[in-house]
Amino acid sequence: MNIVVSVKHVPDPNVPMEMSGERIRREGVQGVLDPGDEFGVEAGLLIKEAQGGEVALVSMGPAPAMEAIRRALSMGADRGVLVTDDALAGADALVTARVLAAAIRRSEYDLVICGVESTDGYTGAMPAMLAEFLGIPMVTFVKKFEQTDGSLKVHRQTADGYHVVECTLPALVTVTAGVNEPRYASFKGIMAAKKKPVDQISLADLGLSPNDVSVLQSVTGMASAEARKAGEIIEDDGTAATRIADFLTEAKVI
Amino acid sequence: MDSTALELLTKARELGDAEAVALGPGATEAAAQLGEYGAATVYAGDDEVYADYIAEPAAHTLFELIGQHSPDLILFATNYDSRDIAGRLAAKTGSTLMSNAIGLPSTEVAQTAILGGATIVDVKLEGTPKLVLVRPKSFVPEPAGGEASVVPVDVPIGEDLRRARRLERHEEQAAGPKLDEAAVVVSGGRGLQEAANFDLLEQLASAIGNAAVGATRAVVDAGWVPYALQIGQTGITVKPSVYLAFGISGATQHMVGMKGAKRIIAVNKDEEAPIFQIADLGIVGDAMKLLPQLIDEIKARKG
Repeated sequence: MNIVVSVKHVPDPNVPMEMSGERIRREGVQGVLDPGDEFGVEAGLLIKEAQGGEVALVSMGPAPAMEAIRRALSMGADRGVLVTDDALAGADALVTARVLAAAIRRSEYDLVICGVESTDGYTGAMPAMLAEFLGIPMVTFVKKFEQTDGSLKVHRQTADGYHVVECTLPALVTVTAGVNEPRYASFKGIMAAKKKPVDQISLADLGLSPNDVSVLQSVTGMASAEARKAGEIIEDDGTAATRIADFLTEAKVI
Repeated sequence: MDSTALELLTKARELGDAEAVALGPGATEAAAQLGEYGAATVYAGDDEVYADYIAEPAAHTLFELIGQHSPDLILFATNYDSRDIAGRLAAKTGSTLMSNAIGLPSTEVAQTAILGGATIVDVKLEGTPKLVLVRPKSFVPEPAGGEASVVPVDVPIGEDLRRARRLERHEEQAAGPKLDEAAVVVSGGRGLQEAANFDLLEQLASAIGNAAVGATRAVVDAGWVPYALQIGQTGITVKPSVYLAFGISGATQHMVGMKGAKRIIAVNKDEEAPIFQIADLGIVGDAMKLLPQLIDEIKARKG
């Protein structure tokens, strides 16, 4: 089973996000492997351990995005591909999907794994675009793999439960948090990651031109949303339960 | 019917001539209500293929309908299925897809909230058709009293689009109301320390009555509760009468999903927690200590 996991280098979600003009500020902000992608990497590793094959990583972003690939390699992935090109600054989901599809198509694959949505852009639309560009079926919000051999059988999260979905391979899945427990990179894993092969490629290497990556969205205005005001803040001196109950009574909900 | 569809129609008829596409069992039946909320025409396809197979049949049909009718703008309610369908459709049309929209000043501009909802961004969309995924509760649905003419959808769906099939549907019976419909939302964050403590939120919700339990992304990522409970930028938007936040610091990602609540009560140990800036009643204290007291107090008052 050859597995491709898409990974993204995002600003550390534990640091409040800032804007640089119309874009998320990335310069000078500590970047990390998107925490949502760790579940995808782990899912790929578990399938490989059960069935053999390889786990390849694919990512798009400026040169520092290599850190995210190295991190995933140190968890145990086999190799990585990073698409880096100045023409990709400000890329939207559609452009990202087109580029990743071109990068993924360079090798044979059976399964593509993505996170449900990135922690910084959170459009959640990229995986569906990627599946369409690759011409393969897709199951999003996977919370459990029942079968991965020959065809897929997975549990897909829904608003009020889950569906069991069967899908032919090759396919794309997005995995939710909770599908597994991502492993920590061991010291040995971190050392080994330094020697694993990583391809850094440009748009031209993929046969794409800047025309293929033009963005159809532009920010034309920004305004502060109507702010809520802080109300009364009190220390819990033992009467807080009464205060909250009074509040709920006034609001007529109890 | 998903009430977001009615919200979207209300907005769409304000922006121009509105039509609706309904796919899956019950589509034709839904046409009357869609007409009442502003759809002049409803393209209805009742075929079970749209419910049984994920995204591909619906995206294909929409693409065919676009070819026939050349719409300027297509609105989707943000939910599990339509993100997949809209994403596939955007790759087919090569046109722009805007996610997480909360406002539509015109057919060419969509608004989205960033930085935890503190800032609203106007995004101009180019190309046709423009595809926009709109967050639920962005608009207030209002009936217009019209009647839709129904046009049956007859697009052949080949075997090549029947690849991801639903075999079984399981509904996990949550006690009480749905999260996005409950009058009160009782929500927990990392301050609750461990998964087992969410049981206290369940107890509080059932003591209150018309209340549902929600969670932050951090605890969903930690595997404490399923994704379906996640409130925030990623996840569900709620606008209850009262929102009670226990052990939630108020990460930007969370606030955008709950700051539309009518009243907010926050309990957190850290007096500097950002959630206090938007709370009507803020309690600096230990949620774990307070929760049992509050459950008892409410039970006592309700007799």
